[in-house]
Amino acid sequence: MAQSSASNVTPIHSGGILPAGAMAPNFTLHVTPDQTLTLSDLLGRPVILAFYPADWSPVCGDQMALYNEILPEFRKFGAELLGVSVDGAWCHGAFAETRHLHFPLLADFEPKGAVARQYGAYRAADGFCERALFVVDKKGMIAWSYCSPVAVNPGADGILQALEDLPK
Amino acid sequence: MAALKMPITAEDHIQGLESADVTLVEYGDYQCPHCGHAYPVVHQVQKQFGKRLRFVFRNFPLSEMHPQAEAAAEVAEFAGAQGKFWEMHDKLYENQERLGEALFLDLGERLKLSTTALRQALEQRTFEARVRADFKGGVRSGVNGTPTFFINGHRHDGSFDFEALVSAIHQAMGTAKSA
Repeated sequence: MAQSSASNVTPIHSGGILPAGAMAPNFTLHVTPDQTLTLSDLLGRPVILAFYPADWSPVCGDQMALYNEILPEFRKFGAELLGVSVDGAWCHGAFAETRHLHFPLLADFEPKGAVARQYGAYRAADGFCERALFVVDKKGMIAWSYCSPVAVNPGADGILQALEDLPK
Repeated sequence: MAALKMPITAEDHIQGLESADVTLVEYGDYQCPHCGHAYPVVHQVQKQFGKRLRFVFRNFPLSEMHPQAEAAAEVAEFAGAQGKFWEMHDKLYENQERLGEALFLDLGERLKLSTTALRQALEQRTFEARVRADFKGGVRSGVNGTPTFFINGHRHDGSFDFEALVSAIHQAMGTAKSA
């Protein structure tokens, strides 16, 4: 699949990632070293998939930490938030514990980035995920997607708008 | 994305005139070290532009990460309800490493506010709704961490050192030139 350039500056056109209207590819990934999560188990409620480059980015305004604070707003829509990166389950565990994250981080670890690739959200040249967001509706269809430049934390306004726009 | 959705109203904490050329809005957290670094920078920027700049501060406490951030925001709002928001705002940032009830009461005393009323406001979470409203509005506007700045309603994604802010403000003034 054609991938966008590895530049951190040029905004990556969202043409690369799966668009609204596509069915969300199903997957099973590790949440902890001995626990997995399957996307289709969440059918019946909206799911937010947040692909991100890596655990441990050294800033307060870290995207996952921000979503952690906004979790109550997501839950008002009955939505489940899943973070996805190529970090392993042990790494995710340590990261989630340090940041007090109250939502699952999925390890797209082996084969590396396989799920991200299916969503068009893998940066092959870098070996990590795009900063790509998907809101999947309760039937498993992508209702909204957005790919942010890797260096820019996209915030949560787009997600909340997409959740609000879902048919009741 | 990333445009300020909550209009500036009389409810806001504002320094400067409505007629100013540029409005700088900060969403900040009193316990966030980056906001702590931005605090003197904002003062410098205000000095640089004088009356041409209006500054607005809104609360964005990241409570999971910063256990004192919410209480500090409520303390500032408590002072604000008595016309002393900016005094408290400044003192909280200037004493950022000591945030906690002892400091809050001490600052209340120094600003000649009733510490009994302050303690009560914290216990009863009198200003929680106000802080939460700022937070929610920030989220809807694309606040993506702290501090997040908006310059004339557009999120400033660059660095927030003095030169970067001055240059972005110049640009917003339509007088783009290096500072």
